Amino acid sequence: MRIEVKDLSYIYSEGMPFESVALEDVSLTVESGEFAAVIGHTGSGKSTLLMHLNGLMKPTRGQVLADGVDIHEKTKEAREARRKVGLVFQYPEYQLFEETVLKDVCFGPKNYGFTPEECEAKAIEALKLVGIDPDEKGGVSPFELSGGEKRRVAIAGVLAMDPQVLILDEPTAGLDPKGHRDILDMVCRIHKEKHLTILLVSHNMDDAARLADRILVLDKGRLAMDGTPQEVFSHYEELHSIGLSTPSSSELLHLLKSKGLNVNTNIFNEDEAVEEILKAIHGA
Amino acid sequence: MALKDITLGQYYPGDSAIHRLDPRTKLIGTILFLVSLFVVKNFTGFLFCAICLAILVKISGVPFRYMARGLKAVIFLIVFTALINLFMTPGTPIWQFGILKIAREGIYRACFMAIRLVMLIFGSSLLTLTTKPVALTDGMERLLSPLSKIGLPSHELAMMMTIALRFIPTLLDETDKIMKAQTARGADFESGNLRERAKGLIPLLVPLFVSAFRIAADLAMAMEARCYRGGDGRTRMNGMAFTKLDTVAAILLILYFAAVIALGRLPLF
Repeated sequence: MRIEVKDLSYIYSEGMPFESVALEDVSLTVESGEFAAVIGHTGSGKSTLLMHLNGLMKPTRGQVLADGVDIHEKTKEAREARRKVGLVFQYPEYQLFEETVLKDVCFGPKNYGFTPEECEAKAIEALKLVGIDPDEKGGVSPFELSGGEKRRVAIAGVLAMDPQVLILDEPTAGLDPKGHRDILDMVCRIHKEKHLTILLVSHNMDDAARLADRILVLDKGRLAMDGTPQEVFSHYEELHSIGLSTPSSSELLHLLKSKGLNVNTNIFNEDEAVEEILKAIHGA
Repeated sequence: MALKDITLGQYYPGDSAIHRLDPRTKLIGTILFLVSLFVVKNFTGFLFCAICLAILVKISGVPFRYMARGLKAVIFLIVFTALINLFMTPGTPIWQFGILKIAREGIYRACFMAIRLVMLIFGSSLLTLTTKPVALTDGMERLLSPLSKIGLPSHELAMMMTIALRFIPTLLDETDKIMKAQTARGADFESGNLRERAKGLIPLLVPLFVSAFRIAADLAMAMEARCYRGGDGRTRMNGMAFTKLDTVAAILLILYFAAVIALGRLPLF
């Protein structure tokens, strides 16, 4: 599913003393099957943007189109389009409420009017997709699971609605390194197996560079940069001036270069960075 | 969304004379104002109260529209009270339909009650809009402290109020977040009949309770980590002191109250 955002603006508490502009004339298109990462400083409008993409917030100006359908309309097609844009919030485990894991994952499809059998089939498939064994954990209370498992179940709750676009707002916040890796590997696997369009919000530049085909940079409610990781992360100074950074390998190469080692700084993964450094040392 | 309309208990930043008054003065003032609304016996009295209140609102710099939003939450209560008074007051009937009848006295009482309620809400929201919640509860604690001699736990009461007030916005935020997350899963909080709506609240209330317990446990831990052990011997960061402004306010208050009593004794409409 292709998502098109046209001149989107959103102003909080318009006409109140607390008025603040969260988004200003943001226009972007995410093609079907693309894996895009959204990066930006805290308060740059990332979350606000995401909430517009599945109709949770109504834009002050502008529109959001999903395969050409304006998702803020009140029609059936618009509701269907909103279902196809799955949104996983930060700390999604706080949304769990049912008696059992399986029932909780069924909540989404049930709301969209699927029969109980269909709901269960979808829930089981979604649980398998996130790596939770539905036979072993399906009947357990979601509150008895570990932190990482809770998060997976919550993500399964969104996947069970069969979205074509999956939006994840910092899905690894508060997890340990293993949990972090597991969740991102899972997102990658879902992207490949289900051919979903993925939008990932992240504060981790290494993840963004490693996973995404495309990086969207937000700054003070505006779209500051939009391009491949290579293009975006080559703007070292600009990224630093808006409170972001480049992937750690590139940061290291920049440091080496400033100390006099002649290296190419536009390298965004560790293996290539190591080769580049070795080459520079042995060549010198 | 309805959550944003709750202005009761929300501070409106500003630096007016009303904002600068000592919280104790404002508390006593508000109580006197609320009492005065019950002393009033005629519409002329209400007009006088309304003018005084309007002047205070003007001085405070809180926009009228912002204050009026607080009414939205209680509009049902006001309409209900007015209707009950309209139909239930005995007297000279001027309209009758089956068991429903309206008396002249009923119309009078209904208007009277509605005005009184609206003014009560405006009066008390002026206090909360111009006083920071912490200052408010500090003021309350100080006013109640003489009673601690006869065993009233004034510090504990004030602390409970502070915590309750402090967590209203937090819990509203939390509610908003959970609502959004469930809406993203297709939950519908706004349509359906009463039964369906009540059932629809479960996906909201269960996570909210879980959050509230988590927040409470975290807060208790943080307070204990900083050796909180109740009110005995506790000092304050910001001491309270009456200023000239408070003296002026006190004199005006006495004059106001005297005027209200006087107006009540006159044979006015």
